[in-house]
Amino acid sequence: MQQPNKLTPFFENLNFERENNTMVINFGPQHPSAHGQLRLVLELDGELVTKAYPDIGYLHRGIEKMAENMTYNEFLPTTDRLDYIASTANNYAYALAVEKLLGIEAPRRAQVIRTMLLELNRIISHLFFLATHALDVGAMSVFLYAFREREFAMDLMEDYCGARLTHSAVRIGGVPLDLPEGWVEKLAAYIAKLPEEIQTYEDLLTENRIWKMRLEDVGVISAEDALNWGCTGPMLRGSGVKYDIRKEEPYELYAELDFDIPVSDRCDSYGRYRLYMEEMKESIKILKQLIPMYAQTEPQLMAHAPQYISAPKEEIMTQNYALMQHFVLVTQGMRPPKGEVYVPTESPKGELGFYIKSEGEPYAYRLKCRAPSFFHTGLLQEILVGTYIADVVTIIGSTNIVFGEVDR
Amino acid sequence: MAQHQVNYASSAGLPIALTSVDKLVNWGRSNSLWPLTYGLACCAIEMMASGASRYDFDRMGTIFRASPRQADVMILAGTLSKKHAEFARRLYDQMTEPKWVISMGSCANTGGMFNTYATVQGVDRIVPVDIYLPGCAPRPETLQYALMMLQKKIRKESANMKKNEKQNLRLV
Repeated sequence: MQQPNKLTPFFENLNFERENNTMVINFGPQHPSAHGQLRLVLELDGELVTKAYPDIGYLHRGIEKMAENMTYNEFLPTTDRLDYIASTANNYAYALAVEKLLGIEAPRRAQVIRTMLLELNRIISHLFFLATHALDVGAMSVFLYAFREREFAMDLMEDYCGARLTHSAVRIGGVPLDLPEGWVEKLAAYIAKLPEEIQTYEDLLTENRIWKMRLEDVGVISAEDALNWGCTGPMLRGSGVKYDIRKEEPYELYAELDFDIPVSDRCDSYGRYRLYMEEMKESIKILKQLIPMYAQTEPQLMAHAPQYISAPKEEIMTQNYALMQHFVLVTQGMRPPKGEVYVPTESPKGELGFYIKSEGEPYAYRLKCRAPSFFHTGLLQEILVGTYIADVVTIIGSTNIVFGEVDR
Repeated sequence: MAQHQVNYASSAGLPIALTSVDKLVNWGRSNSLWPLTYGLACCAIEMMASGASRYDFDRMGTIFRASPRQADVMILAGTLSKKHAEFARRLYDQMTEPKWVISMGSCANTGGMFNTYATVQGVDRIVPVDIYLPGCAPRPETLQYALMMLQKKIRKESANMKKNEKQNLRLV
């Protein structure tokens, strides 16, 4: 028998038989439907959950602490590993926060490319949500279909930045590369085909009797609860609150783009599933507007701020001053002005923001990541109570949590 | 009644293949490797992609199992934190012999980019690893190659050698 102490986590100290006739079961951290390393301790009365306690920290990697010992550019690839399903959303949120701290703005072409990548990532993330959620509930074929479309989107990401999962495609001050030749056409072909595929998923699921029975009135979150628990993104909009950072506090190009914010007032898992499908369609709408915008932009990709951002490679190779600046920036790192900044962005899962406190050093004094999944995990202890044990997996799938950003 | 005389020496006599027990058992073992769905972090997404439509692991006889008691291979995909380490060892112990371990990705191999207070610097500190798989995150093709290498390794093993005996041999 293990003795509970400070250093080793213990698993056998749960009293499985209680006097009040409830049973305690351990869910995870290796459960295939736990979306990573979620450990839930559930107290059951028969099949009903009477108490749920999410135990997090199984993927804690000390990312925020790492940020204090890395220069600003060094830290950027680490943000990939937060919400690893939509890496660009993290890179972007971080880059935007540092840019605000520096007081610079990315050139317009970089903004267009970033927004393209962001929306493509939103599609990738939502397809992944659909695939895993359907798999958890028992619709295996939807998993295979959704992953097929997701692979094509990943191909586009790979053509642009060379990586499938951990992109690092956004840099502080812009983007590193222009779009490769023919990429825009490939994107256009992809988003022309995607609505048909979304229709296929909807045909398979929306009116499916089993799907409706598993999802309707399961995981009901009232608007008040959602607000109290700090829910954002589809979790909040699924409860009828029309709140999207892209509309409330538009950043970069979102003020110019024409798109709707889908809202569902059903408050249950089914409403949220419908919401995800609608959001993918809105992303397609945004991507369609971005393609003509790209052609109208100047070819500059990185902001011109010699104090913080290296000059383009050609200038470094030909001009003495640019080379010196580049050397200093690479060896010492950029030194942003003193101050603190928080920038919220709308990641596929909700409000993702970085708080950065700078003391004028090349290293952040403190970096805090406000990750949406963390709040949605906390909500589990409220919404799981009173549901049946078979619905626990549906509700976890519906919250769309990713443990990279919960534990950090 | 017709009388047949079979000439066993000639090659086209009867469909008889001569082999050793080792080879027969290893043929079976290596072609139905069932991994444990043990997703830890980012690499788990690529592990899922390997099982999904484009990369289709099923054609290699590889079907993901949710229970360690049904699995032959443990694919440790992602960062192993110190909080999770004991649990990983427990799952490994729950798997039945013969069992193999693939360490997938830089974090599982060496701790990768996360050289912090919270992460285990390589899963080989917890469980014996057969195949190390580099990359952050490794592509599904890489995982398929790792699995093929593992199949190759299994085909060279002795059929009734227990894991601990093998470890002792390695030490000698």
